[in-house]
Amino acid sequence: MSKELGWKKLPMGGIIEEAGNASSYETGTWRSFKPVFHPEICIQCLFCWIYCPDGAIIVEDSKVKGINFFHCKGCGICSRECPTKVKSITMEQEM
Amino acid sequence: MSSIVALTGNDAVGTAMKHINPDVVAGFPITPQTELMHKFADFVANGEVDTEFVLVESEHSAMSAVIGASACGARSMTATSSCGFALMWELLYVAASCRFPIVMAVVNRALSANINIHCDHSDTMGGRDAGWIQIYSENSQEAYDNTIQAVRIAENPNVLLPVMITLDGFILSHTTETLNILDGKDVRDWIGEYNPKRSLLDIKNPFTIGPLDLQDYYFEHKRQQVEIINNSYDVIVEVGKEYGKLTGREYDLIENYMMEDAEIAVIVLGSTAGTTKEAVDILREEGIKAGMIKLRVFRPFPYKELREALSNFKVISVLDRCISFGAYGGPVFNEVKAALYGISSPPEITNYIYGLGGRDVSVEDIKSVYYDMKRISEGEKVKDYINYLGVRE
Repeated sequence: MSKELGWKKLPMGGIIEEAGNASSYETGTWRSFKPVFHPEICIQCLFCWIYCPDGAIIVEDSKVKGINFFHCKGCGICSRECPTKVKSITMEQEM
Repeated sequence: MSSIVALTGNDAVGTAMKHINPDVVAGFPITPQTELMHKFADFVANGEVDTEFVLVESEHSAMSAVIGASACGARSMTATSSCGFALMWELLYVAASCRFPIVMAVVNRALSANINIHCDHSDTMGGRDAGWIQIYSENSQEAYDNTIQAVRIAENPNVLLPVMITLDGFILSHTTETLNILDGKDVRDWIGEYNPKRSLLDIKNPFTIGPLDLQDYYFEHKRQQVEIINNSYDVIVEVGKEYGKLTGREYDLIENYMMEDAEIAVIVLGSTAGTTKEAVDILREEGIKAGMIKLRVFRPFPYKELREALSNFKVISVLDRCISFGAYGGPVFNEVKAALYGISSPPEITNYIYGLGGRDVSVEDIKSVYYDMKRISEGEKVKDYINYLGVRE
């Protein structure tokens, strides 16, 4: 865990001075269920990428490559929206 | 360049706002503030100000609007009373915590129920914990002067906190008094340009206002806020001195009236201070060494000044135009007592709740408070610490 600042070092008025710094905050630890990607079934519709509320689906060259587990909170929306008969993303218990 | 005019309190504050010429004003009416906004709306309609005047659908929206405007670097003002102030309550905390230098005039009026449109301090006293600087006005001159000083206080780089200035509903807002006003150019030169360090409109330097705090940071942010409002102490005094140089009327945290050799004293806020001065003058003619302290600034609470002024008194009485239900006495009583706790020979302190819902308080009523104190100073035991001045049993 990073060292937490005392009140004297904080920027005034509770503002966050760095733009887009949510990307460095790990929310992956919040998961109780973890998405598992099955690329062999995936039809690359990109629905999971569109619906993920945290932008945690990794897409390269217009293809889903996997999950960003640093940010994924395990909400399961990707799995729910996946249109393939046998889901290309399944939710499993986080160990 | 100043001139003497006859204006109601509402018009005096509306005129002060014209002289300030803020960037944004959000307006929503409530008696007895309504005419203040009417006056300002006239100035807007006549092109006498450059203000973006936003008519909103409630006071909650009025405060939201000025918060948004202030976040974008606009000098923003609004005004309200009573239930309107209460409706803004959650946002008062946001304005103060996010350090927006908003200036708001609150025309003191009793809270419902029952619906009462007349003066008492229950509205602004209810908001005393929100983190705003609170300045109470005794008369229309002070209401005008306080509004202008509020801008300098709020925008001081070591403060950057919202400031509310009060004026008693109907008693000041609707009665005509003579006062000295400046002209717009002098006021704008004195308050200067508002130069915010940051603005949400500056897309080259993005930042986030009012994000989420979890258990690990909220406390530190609040502790920081304490330091800031405590810093405003010195700024308020400094601005009061500078205003004195501009107008000849210098302002401080408290006003001592006939306190140098006083033996009994009343602590009071708002227009009743004027009535109390009359009572003091009459009592002095009777040979009674009466004095008065008017609290001009209630937040931050001037505990040092009160300790200094009151350490050698035998009896003092605190007047509260507000009840804090369930508390042992009114809010001002409790804060004065807390400020004096620990001094070597503390005075006997009694509380008089008065004037609720605009109940008139006369010179005779105030004199009776002094006569009570006189008897206590001569050895009579205090019958009741908490008294209700003028209520029918």
